[in-house]
Amino acid sequence: MTRHFFPLFCNGRDAVADGARTGVAVRWISACAGVMTLWCAIAMPATAQDSLPPAPYAYTQIEDPALEAKARALMETLRCLKCQSQSIADSDAPMAGDMRHQVRTRIAAGESPDEVRSWLVERYGDYVSYKPAISATTWPLFAIPLILLTLVAFVLRRRLGRAR
Amino acid sequence: MRWFRWIMLALAAALFGLFAYQLTQPKDEFVHSAMIGETIPAFDLPPAVPDRPGLSSVHLADGQAKLLNVFASWCVPCAAEAPNLARLEAAGANIVAVAIRDRPEDVARFLEAYGNPFSRIGKDDISAVQLSIGSSGVPETFVIDGAGIIRYQHLGDIRDSDVSVLLAELREAGA
Repeated sequence: MTRHFFPLFCNGRDAVADGARTGVAVRWISACAGVMTLWCAIAMPATAQDSLPPAPYAYTQIEDPALEAKARALMETLRCLKCQSQSIADSDAPMAGDMRHQVRTRIAAGESPDEVRSWLVERYGDYVSYKPAISATTWPLFAIPLILLTLVAFVLRRRLGRAR
Repeated sequence: MRWFRWIMLALAAALFGLFAYQLTQPKDEFVHSAMIGETIPAFDLPPAVPDRPGLSSVHLADGQAKLLNVFASWCVPCAAEAPNLARLEAAGANIVAVAIRDRPEDVARFLEAYGNPFSRIGKDDISAVQLSIGSSGVPETFVIDGAGIIRYQHLGDIRDSDVSVLLAELREAGA
């Protein structure tokens, strides 16, 4: 999780390339180094992670490009359970890698994306899927905009009718 | 038209009231398993350490209710819950475990430092069993009944107050 913030926070490469001749850049670099040290000090205990290599299909594509495209599209709509605001396609968390491995091996074995999605939903509920489905709990999300639009149309009709 | 304005005002107030209420509620960050009441999916894991056998779904359907602990040596809360796992074992619970993304030497070192309350430990290098039972992190503890049906899930480390809850759930599952 913390891994992602690192390059965002302190990508000092541009500063070095563009303005090493100016003192501003030097100050920027040393500030950057300071932030980096501090960040490492803070981040170290939080990154207690396993030392095993990623699952075989965590970072390896399926040989068949058509299947890989299917798997890829599916991975972008599945939530990483560790870093819950990212899809498993975006996350470098080991668990997201393990989930990508599941998705790729299942797609490669001939399962359809919908089957893989429902396999995960059976285990984690709707929360694991970013693709909204109409269900007993989500129907108001789809119904409310329709009701509001109808209401707006009603009000506008009355107002305009009166103005005329 | 006066009544209409008042209704709109009431609706808006109700909506903001709802926002205010939800914003002050504590957020449940845990992803709960949807597998409670389901039979544990078939799996067969090799041993994670030399001195304990591995774990398969067959062992979890041998007639005796058990605790299934999902842990890892690299997980800090897993060390924190070790004394309470020991208390559960002392109270008669049969605890089996799955070690997530872990090396045998690290697991052995962890168990030596914090104790080994487990009768079996399976080695899950790609979180396959963890994903198949709807577990979203370490540590987690499941109550599995004698028929291999998942009865209860505890998320996070086992605190002092959780020990009696887990024992009650285990008893209810037929242990």
